[in-house]
Amino acid sequence: MNAFTQINPPSTGCGNAPVLKQRGQREVFCGLTSIVWLHRKIQDAFFLVVGSRTCAHLLQSAAGVMIFAEPRFGTAILEEKDLAGLADANEELDREVERLLARRPDIRQLFLVGSCPSEVIKLDLSRAAERLTQAHAPQVRVLNFTGSGIETTFTQGEDECLASMVPVLPETEAEQLLLVGALPDVVEDQLVGLIEALGVPVVKALPSRSADVEVGIGPNTKFIVAQPFLGATAGALTGRGAQHLAAPFPFGEEGTTAWLRTIAEAFNVSPEKFDEVTAAPRARAQKAVAAASERLSGKSVFFFPDSQLEIPLARFLTRECGMTALEIGAPYIHRDLVSADLDLIAEGPVLSEGQDVDLQLDRCRAAKPDLTVCGLGLANPLEAEGLATKWAIELVFTPIHGYEQAGDLAALFAKPLKRREGLTL
Amino acid sequence: MKLTVWTYEGPPHVGAMRVATAMKGLHYVLHAPQGDTYADLLFTMIERRDHRPPVSYTTFQARDLGSDTATLFKESCKDAFDRFKPEAIIVGASCTAELIQDDPGGLSESMGLPVPVIPLELPSYQRKENFGASETFYEICRALSTPVERTPEITCNILGPTALGFRHRDDVVELSSILESLGIAVNVVAPLDATPADIQRLGAAHFNVMLYPETCETACRWLEREYKQPFTKTVPIGVGATRDFIAEVKTIAGLPDIAVDDSRLRLPWYSRSVDSTYLTGKRVFIFGDGTHAIAAARIAKEEMGFEVVGLGCYNREFARPVRACAKELGLEALISDDYLEVEAAIEALQPEMILGTQMERHIGKRLGIPCAVISAPVHVQDFPARFSPQVGWEGANVIFDTWVHPLVMGLEEHLLHMFREDFEFHDDAGASHHGSHTPAAQKRRVIEEATDTPEPVIKDGVTWLADAEKELRKIPFFVRGKARRNTEKFAVEQGVTSISIETLYEAKAHYAR
Repeated sequence: MNAFTQINPPSTGCGNAPVLKQRGQREVFCGLTSIVWLHRKIQDAFFLVVGSRTCAHLLQSAAGVMIFAEPRFGTAILEEKDLAGLADANEELDREVERLLARRPDIRQLFLVGSCPSEVIKLDLSRAAERLTQAHAPQVRVLNFTGSGIETTFTQGEDECLASMVPVLPETEAEQLLLVGALPDVVEDQLVGLIEALGVPVVKALPSRSADVEVGIGPNTKFIVAQPFLGATAGALTGRGAQHLAAPFPFGEEGTTAWLRTIAEAFNVSPEKFDEVTAAPRARAQKAVAAASERLSGKSVFFFPDSQLEIPLARFLTRECGMTALEIGAPYIHRDLVSADLDLIAEGPVLSEGQDVDLQLDRCRAAKPDLTVCGLGLANPLEAEGLATKWAIELVFTPIHGYEQAGDLAALFAKPLKRREGLTL
Repeated sequence: MKLTVWTYEGPPHVGAMRVATAMKGLHYVLHAPQGDTYADLLFTMIERRDHRPPVSYTTFQARDLGSDTATLFKESCKDAFDRFKPEAIIVGASCTAELIQDDPGGLSESMGLPVPVIPLELPSYQRKENFGASETFYEICRALSTPVERTPEITCNILGPTALGFRHRDDVVELSSILESLGIAVNVVAPLDATPADIQRLGAAHFNVMLYPETCETACRWLEREYKQPFTKTVPIGVGATRDFIAEVKTIAGLPDIAVDDSRLRLPWYSRSVDSTYLTGKRVFIFGDGTHAIAAARIAKEEMGFEVVGLGCYNREFARPVRACAKELGLEALISDDYLEVEAAIEALQPEMILGTQMERHIGKRLGIPCAVISAPVHVQDFPARFSPQVGWEGANVIFDTWVHPLVMGLEEHLLHMFREDFEFHDDAGASHHGSHTPAAQKRRVIEEATDTPEPVIKDGVTWLADAEKELRKIPFFVRGKARRNTEKFAVEQGVTSISIETLYEAKAHYAR
């Protein structure tokens, strides 16, 4: 058998680069924000945040546009009397859940989502979930996870959610690949299509779009993660005996090829078969990235921490789009998941974990990047100071994985630059 | 515990942020976990502000809870002072920090900072955004204002405008020009664009204009007691209210009753002109914050010739005046912050138009009822680039245009009645000046198809016979809901159990107006 063609790593990557850790104000979303896309992905699930008016206001504001097709999420707002006695809070919660499920008989999975206040008052949502599962089985399964800002940052909410599903997955002996991460349906279908074309027998996705799709797990399950922020989920799956396939993330042509190749190798797919399946989409992706990244080539980029997508995206921008990374900030660095990407980024950029936003803004202003990737709270102020910015949140809400989206991904970064060039003001 | 999907108001600390962000030279140190920083985007994205709100969040994490969140707060306070050099600082806690009881007020006091530090007590589990703004502004006035001499000429303060307010920026410009036409100069506008030094000299004004009671009534009452400054009670939104406001100002300022230049005002003629005949008796449902809802009710009835069929507000603090206003209109006010309840009320009333907030705009979309936005909560669309005040003469003009825009206009309404089967001039095409809204019209068709089942429909024991149902569909969409409701009501009253074409037209004659 011929060998697979491997990627050329830089002579020195960022794998062992020092990490700048500062402690100060963190300008990031909490994990509750993940609900904005999770509730669209899992179509028979409802996400009930047990929290404060702030939680409800965050969800409404983060959604940006309100999703008025009655959203499958809501907030049980704690009131003064709930804080006084926890017994009452549990009773109130049971009552609200009962009312909710009566109104929404289509709901099959209910997630009780912990928040900062529910955690500070130590409201035990795992016991509540057990109690409510017993009360509403078999029609509804009730799970719980935390989306609180004291425990989670932005995309970690999805990680906590998926990790909460792992213990209740049924046991299976089947040899299969589990694709982990809430991807847009179109992307999931494309990736599953490619993996099936490689000849991998069974491909399942976590989360599945509905509770009716049986997803099992066991010693013959291999899993690959599609999002770099799913560390806890990966740990939980490994704990259930599944085998983690570590790979760079499927962003850009190179990332997608490396990611698929890891699967191919794990399932003994021949290099010939691999080339046969991937040659055409690879060529398309290369062409699209080349066209879309013309404006990016030779430009510098600075990442503020946001979604944990920063490291794989910096790899894509530096290796495939010709950009130079000045700083790559991430809220957390899960080495188990992103080391393959780190190794592929040539040394040079500042690698930072966590945040002191004021100090980081000082560094950003001094570095004068051509493009700054940051959250919504910082974008307009930085634009007003003359810096071109890309809203990081769009990277979580837009299909960007895989070959067919590689060009779109480059275009997302190129657009702010294109706009600046196009405007005469 | 209360299940909430969408909220009209944020938590009280967001109200405090609206005051802090409006002002200059003031900084807010907020004891809060990291996720609470989302509030920055309200200002930078929705309002397109080009600066970060002047807020430092302590962003404590779970691991800090076991150790020392109090020290973290003090460090944040010191860092904020060193970096931003504010003239004054407000300190407080968000909902989570309220639970850990670190006492930001006491902690900051112990630090001996060389500028005034104003502690805020905003109970997150009881109160909401407007209360937060009002209380914060009041505390700032109390802490920073000092007795000063009145200005030699007659001046006033304009109080109430904040960041993220519904048209506050433009209202201040319009109101200032009206006051100028009366020969009254503005001493201080606050909180919008005011510095702590400006707050200090509030007392120099001869009286205060209470522009938005939601955010400044408490402060106005305190200033009245403390500095003997009277304040205006009329909010000048609408033609009549603006005239009343001017009369009130003249009385307070002791001005002679001379005519005021209102040559910019167009609403009265636009409303009298024959093209507006079709507005007569349009049934409108009004919902918003108390101040804007009450103002809209008066404009709708007296200045547009609408019939107000529903009135309400989401801020309970203003329940009393809203109830009184509704009573005068022969209505029962809807006081609720539950948008599902508001939706149910609108669905039951089947108004021809909604004057509401962004929430009601979405409700209107779902129900196929046109809606104009009159009040916060705000959306990026509520910060138009052009000058669009709500108060004063220009405000009245803006309101006329804004309210008329969603409606199907004059002769077009008749043509829709006459040629209902025209392939491109049918219901689903909607108003012709809303070319871009076709998808909404399509949605409306889906809703109608879902509800207008071909089989006889039984409701309240009344059955629609097939031919009556068919006839009903010949009535244009924007009055069909009302026709259906009236016919059913008529049938029930008459003890008729099945509705025929005859019943439909009997009902039409019965309700003719």
